[in-house]
Amino acid sequence: MLEIKNLTAAIEGKEILRGVDLIVPDGEIHAIMGPNGAGKSTLSYVLSGREGYEVTGGSATYNGQNILDMPPEARAAAGIFLAFQYPVELPGVGNANFIRTAVNAVRRARGEPELDAVAFLKAARAELKKLSMPDDMLKRNVNVGFSGGEKKRNEVLQMALLQPGLAILDETDSGLDIDALKIVAEGVNALRSSKFSALVITHYQRLLDHIVPDRVHVLSSGRIVRSGGPELALELEAHGYAGQAAAGQEAA
Amino acid sequence: MTALPTRKLEAWRYTDLKSLASVSFADAVPGLAPLGLPDLGVPRLIFVNGIYDAQRSTPPDFLSGFARVAEASDQPLALINAEQAHDGVTITVPDDTDAGAVLLISYAAAENPIAFHPRHRITLGMGARLTLIEIAMGQGVYWHNPVTDIALHENAKLQHYQLQNESIEAFHLATIRAKIAASAAYVSFSMVQGAKLSRAEFHPTLMGVGAVTQLNAAQLLRGQQHGDYTCVVKHDAPNCASRQVVKSVMDDHARGVFQGRIEVARAAQKTDGYQMSQALLLSDGAEMDIKPELEIFADDVKCSHGATIGALDPEQIFYLRSRGISEDQARAMLIRAFLNEALEPVSHAAARGLFEAAIDKWWAEK
Amino acid sequence: MSATAETRDTVNALAGQKYQYGFETDIAMEEFPKGLNEEIVRLISAKKNEPEWMLAWRLKAYAMWRKMEEPDWARIKHPPIDYENLYYYAAPSGPAPKTLEDVDPNLLSMYEKLGIPLNERAALAGVETNTVAVDAVFDSVSVATTFRETLAKSGVIFCPISEAVREHPELVKKYLGSVVPIGDNFFSALNSAVFSDGSFVFIPKGVRCPMELSTYFRINARNTGQFERTLIIAEDKASVSYLEGCTAPQRDENQLHAAVVELVALDNATIKYSTVQNWYPGDADGKGGIYNFVTKRGACRGAHSKISWTQVETGSAITWKYPSCILQGDGSVGEFYSVALTHNHQQADTGTKMIHLGRNTTSTIISKGISAGYSNNTYRGLVKIMPGATGARNFTQCDSLLIGDHCGAHTVPYIESRNPSAKVEHEATTSRIAEDQLFYCRSRGLSEEDAVGLIVNGFCKDVLKELPMEFAVEAQKLLAVSLEGSVG
Repeated sequence: MLEIKNLTAAIEGKEILRGVDLIVPDGEIHAIMGPNGAGKSTLSYVLSGREGYEVTGGSATYNGQNILDMPPEARAAAGIFLAFQYPVELPGVGNANFIRTAVNAVRRARGEPELDAVAFLKAARAELKKLSMPDDMLKRNVNVGFSGGEKKRNEVLQMALLQPGLAILDETDSGLDIDALKIVAEGVNALRSSKFSALVITHYQRLLDHIVPDRVHVLSSGRIVRSGGPELALELEAHGYAGQAAAGQEAA
Repeated sequence: MTALPTRKLEAWRYTDLKSLASVSFADAVPGLAPLGLPDLGVPRLIFVNGIYDAQRSTPPDFLSGFARVAEASDQPLALINAEQAHDGVTITVPDDTDAGAVLLISYAAAENPIAFHPRHRITLGMGARLTLIEIAMGQGVYWHNPVTDIALHENAKLQHYQLQNESIEAFHLATIRAKIAASAAYVSFSMVQGAKLSRAEFHPTLMGVGAVTQLNAAQLLRGQQHGDYTCVVKHDAPNCASRQVVKSVMDDHARGVFQGRIEVARAAQKTDGYQMSQALLLSDGAEMDIKPELEIFADDVKCSHGATIGALDPEQIFYLRSRGISEDQARAMLIRAFLNEALEPVSHAAARGLFEAAIDKWWAEK
Repeated sequence: MSATAETRDTVNALAGQKYQYGFETDIAMEEFPKGLNEEIVRLISAKKNEPEWMLAWRLKAYAMWRKMEEPDWARIKHPPIDYENLYYYAAPSGPAPKTLEDVDPNLLSMYEKLGIPLNERAALAGVETNTVAVDAVFDSVSVATTFRETLAKSGVIFCPISEAVREHPELVKKYLGSVVPIGDNFFSALNSAVFSDGSFVFIPKGVRCPMELSTYFRINARNTGQFERTLIIAEDKASVSYLEGCTAPQRDENQLHAAVVELVALDNATIKYSTVQNWYPGDADGKGGIYNFVTKRGACRGAHSKISWTQVETGSAITWKYPSCILQGDGSVGEFYSVALTHNHQQADTGTKMIHLGRNTTSTIISKGISAGYSNNTYRGLVKIMPGATGARNFTQCDSLLIGDHCGAHTVPYIESRNPSAKVEHEATTSRIAEDQLFYCRSRGLSEEDAVGLIVNGFCKDVLKELPMEFAVEAQKLLAVSLEGSVG
């Protein structure tokens, strides 16, 4: 379970998150929507431990552990996975090598046995097939020369092989055509279980047609101003974000 | 003895030999090669303190003894070498012969500072082939000043790999000159990790139509090391190609230098010259100086050079860490990826393994 | 295939124009005796009614110069300069003119031929927002300065440096020699001893200079070294755009030009310094022409200050100049955009130096070299990142275009970095005008001359777009004249 209490955070002294309260129980998928500049990406970076983001107050725990104190690799070992909005390229680093190293690092941290090259390749190929991705994706260098859609699929491939407990999808649907979107959604849905939860950060409603959330939250000016069921997403699409803060207060 | 070059000479602008000049070196005496020197399963020539160890070596065919030769150029270090040299390797591969691979190890054991100046001559006949793998290593304070003269006849191909891992207190100043005839190829890869002060100076001359040279290097330095990789590629004939990929990683207070000049003579039309040098500075106090020079007198040429100096990309490090990879391992992966491009021309599997192990060892010793 | 003989001949025909500005003016000239010694320095200072401190400064520079040697590291060959065989001061005789009406009519007509807008009324009657003030330098004395009243209203000082020494000594004392110290190099020491005039510009806090400032130079008398000294200061949040353009008459003996330009930009200030230079380049056999040894340096002292050097150089027999930026202030920016064209037997060894000292500084260098004829064109640049320059960023692009196979194009960049967070990127390419490019243009109806001009313009596009509008047109015309087009 992810529990965020009154989280405040700043970038270069400028406050972006102004008291976020959020609980995502195991087994649930929550969507975070909101206007540009609301702090959606900031929230995902603070949760995954990126440098440059200063937590100024509040707390965030996952399965009882205080994650804000942990370095990024420890959060990954604890089961948190961030699917980036703009995955970076790693020239010269082979995709297979990279994912296998990550998988084994996480297994090691959890006291699980590591996968040898053969076992890893078998598992990787199986996932590639499920995601309708070509085998050669493993041979290429990480994200180098990948189209936008290929980069997102690479994120989903990593997620499938790392088996996280909490997946944070940072605007995964930006720049994707409908086919690529469906593949990403299938990848996420395939992980659904009573132990898996996800935070889907999105600007548009259409991804949520394919990954149906249990709860939808509106993040505006650094706070969650309104929460509701999946129908809230449709309401946002129809009426936009203005007035949500007020509506949230009414509902509260 | 000819005087050492000073920084007043433009070619020595970034490398100061004062610390070398202040040491008093004795002449080298024969020593015992230790057991367990690298063995790649190919003919192996061992030099101890610059003197050929016939007992421990397994010579290849086409090896002749040392021959004293007068120095034609005015390069100070080559002149010093000519004055002082008393041993070296002479390999002459006949026409159309594939001489396979040869390993040349220079080992030095110096209780008191010694200097040795081997002079090597490698000649490949028309269509001949050779892979020469050199390893330089040792202990104590010494000055290793080798000069290697290479002559490649038409269609010959020499793959020349060097692992410079001299004692951390040693001085290594190597000069390699290659004359490359039409359609011949000189491919060199240098890995520089050792010595307190080192300079590897390459002078390939492309003399006939279609001659080709590739000069790659990977410099990994730390502590107070100073490493200088200097190349002057001369395009004297038309339709020749040269390519250079130089990667440098500087840690602590190390200082790296790369000087790469491409000279294209008036007659060298249709020259294809490419040079790329990239450096990573890992700490405050590290320094890199790069001087990529072009001197072009022919107009129908394709010449370009690029240079970058920077640090490891924090975005890339974060991406790896977010996938569970520790920061240390993330940096190691990125540095290995960074250096890979320079290693690309090393086609001999055992040599490749040698270099990759050297990179891993360097990082592990951090 | 390399440039055909036909292309080469066309280029030769275009560039070997009779230098259109080659004529002399018969004006009574007051000249000192030839040669340089302490007496001459004193004479120069006395002639200009300089205060004691200025004379002392000159004498100090002269003493230093005597101990120095001409630098020899550039790729430049020339017969030794006989410093004793030059005149170090030449000005039209008579007292300084008070108004335009007082100026020698021969001078005025010469300026008219050169197209200098000295006529205040005519310029004002033109486009009101596009006014260009001019401090016209005839040989060694600034003859006329226009628009002083308009500028004075904003608090901008734009006057000859000889006047600034008398009227604004505190400013001159504070800044002169602070960017290019007297002993910096052989030529700056010489200049510091014998500089005769130049521009002084002071933009006070918060002022955006309302018009572009410009100066035209002209060397007239025989064997006269031209030693211009320019000092531009922009205080906090000030900005100014300064244009420098030069012409010179045809001569047989070489003429020496050793100028010094110092720029100082304080917090959030911007100085844009643009040069279009077509000093007489020498004839087709390499005889005559100006020797241009110039030291130009800008100090970005203030945080977020910015200095841009933009130049189009087509003249001079020999060019030795490296406009540079010292990036001291945090967040300061230095830029260098240059097109250098050499033809016949011209030699150019030019470039820039960007020294990164403060944090988060940025420098951009775009250099385009065009070589034709038997000329040699060398780019020599230095990008130096000092240990304190955290977050420094540099991007350098230097490209060479060769026309014909008797010329040379050389690149000598020095890149030195001592800070791990700095990012330096450098690229250089060499190319030529391809036969198929020319054919393509011609198949669309362009003459070979036009084709060459078009291709060269495209090659220089990134630099030309940085020039102030007035100059951009001038520059394109100049490139055209140097490479193509006939005398009007």
